[in-house]
Amino acid sequence: MPKSIPADSVGLVTPQTEHFDEPIELVCGQTLPCFDLVYETYGKLNARRDNALLFCHALSGDHHAAGYHSMEDRKPGWWDNYIGPGKAFDTNRYFVVCPNNLGGCKGSTGPNTINPETGKFYGPDFPLFTVKDWVSSQKRLMDSIGINQWAAVVGGSLGGMQVIQWAIDYPDQLRHALIIAAAPRLSAQNIGFNEVARQAILSDPEFHGGHYYEYNVVPRRGLMLARMLGHITYLSDDAMRAQFGRDLQTGRLSYDFDVQFQVESYLRYQGSSFVERFDANTYLLMTKALDYFDPAADFENGLPEALNQTQARFLVISFTSDWRFAPARSTEIVKALTDAQRQVSYAEVESSEGHDAFLLPNSYYTDVLNAYMAGV
Amino acid sequence: MPLRSDLAIIKEWITPGSRVLDLGCGNGALLRLLRDERQVEGYGLEISPRNIVSCLQSGVNVIQLDLDKGLDDFDDQAFDYVIMTQTLQAVHFPDHLLHEVLRVGKQGIVTFPNFAYWKNRIQIGLQGKMPVSRALPSQWYETHNIHLCTIKDFQQLCRQRNIRIQEKVILDYAHRASAPITFLPNLLVQIAIYRCQRQES
Repeated sequence: MPKSIPADSVGLVTPQTEHFDEPIELVCGQTLPCFDLVYETYGKLNARRDNALLFCHALSGDHHAAGYHSMEDRKPGWWDNYIGPGKAFDTNRYFVVCPNNLGGCKGSTGPNTINPETGKFYGPDFPLFTVKDWVSSQKRLMDSIGINQWAAVVGGSLGGMQVIQWAIDYPDQLRHALIIAAAPRLSAQNIGFNEVARQAILSDPEFHGGHYYEYNVVPRRGLMLARMLGHITYLSDDAMRAQFGRDLQTGRLSYDFDVQFQVESYLRYQGSSFVERFDANTYLLMTKALDYFDPAADFENGLPEALNQTQARFLVISFTSDWRFAPARSTEIVKALTDAQRQVSYAEVESSEGHDAFLLPNSYYTDVLNAYMAGV
Repeated sequence: MPLRSDLAIIKEWITPGSRVLDLGCGNGALLRLLRDERQVEGYGLEISPRNIVSCLQSGVNVIQLDLDKGLDDFDDQAFDYVIMTQTLQAVHFPDHLLHEVLRVGKQGIVTFPNFAYWKNRIQIGLQGKMPVSRALPSQWYETHNIHLCTIKDFQQLCRQRNIRIQEKVILDYAHRASAPITFLPNLLVQIAIYRCQRQES
């Protein structure tokens, strides 16, 4: 709980909801007759309506990127380290927009909302959406807010993939594209981890084929396992060693399967608190959106060809200890952009924090963002 | 800040509107100059975080990369010019990097401090100490310059590797191209600037 709101915070914020009546046709072939997007904004849109930044969230993120919902909040929004007055994404200069993605579970239309055609939860019938679908739904939001052109579209991890898709699908709608800790497509190892996470959820007896809402249960064990596994991939070996080592929770080995090592306790805590705030069907769909993302596939596997029509200036950032989307994955993006003769800069940030580093304070990362944003 | 004279000379060699890759681009001064006065497009490659931040501040495209890992991410003849100012002597494999420069660039521009410059010779020959000067400002234990060479050495390497030197500018201690240095370049030249190309075989 913040005793008082820090001066460099956007302060108390309230999410808004935009309803879209026009049907949206998804890449999978299905159509949603209408949908809602929940979003937050910070800062002021200028008279030319061109100082807006779009933030795209990652797998388990949402629209609450910065500030607090109430004085009782334990933590601020997920990118509060970098969004706020005087911060890298300076809300004194920019109008920040951050939506909860379509299919999310924080208020935007998704599996845990009511299908107007049936009066029941969408549940497992919610169509499988892609990164491209997210971008087209975000474009609707952009039009309804009345933004002429994004000053920049920004995202980390899965959010960075949305940035790539924005630059490809709407080349003249953004001036800058900031792609952080991302990859141009998932590797077999990435997909493998996602599949184990999905199987953990799907095999939970309380999943009920995705209709668990009707049984008033949640597939708690499955979603918890999925998150515990995911969490390991967000940290580095070094970060886990430094934070937990082999420290024991109880002081001595108890020769049973209770929590003994602190890392076990930490992962169980992360897993069970995730169950309280996230929906299992959304998790399944989000991991699928990750797996399917492959903008080069539409261009005979040529990423430079996919990026050839983009007009934005790009900033690509990776973190040395990130093994989920390692620096080599970012340099694939950079290589494609230089091959396509696009404007691109790239920074590889020294960090021991693994994939999570993109959310955490880091002085070089901050300097890079500040220096780049000065010219946006 | 007055423009470094080697950068001013390089600028004169660059055709307007060309594509340039600057290896070890430092704070981006050359790319900024070439962008503003020669309308070039391209990228700087840098390893130092501080320089990356300077480049970003001045709106220069910069890619963080270790030149010792080579230029594998760049295709053959992708740039009109690949430039290395005061970088050749700081990499682990200068001969390999020179090869890469002329693979990726249609032309290469290379500058380096001439180690056979007479003041260096005095410091080594008479004082018995590693030279420290304006062109070589660091002490031996902290210098990035691990492969220093002389004008003779460089030209010999070019001959051996079938690299044609198309143009050469040599500057004395005041970074002027004065008359005497053309007679005894290896002795009198502090900084040498070469424009070169792969010899057609």
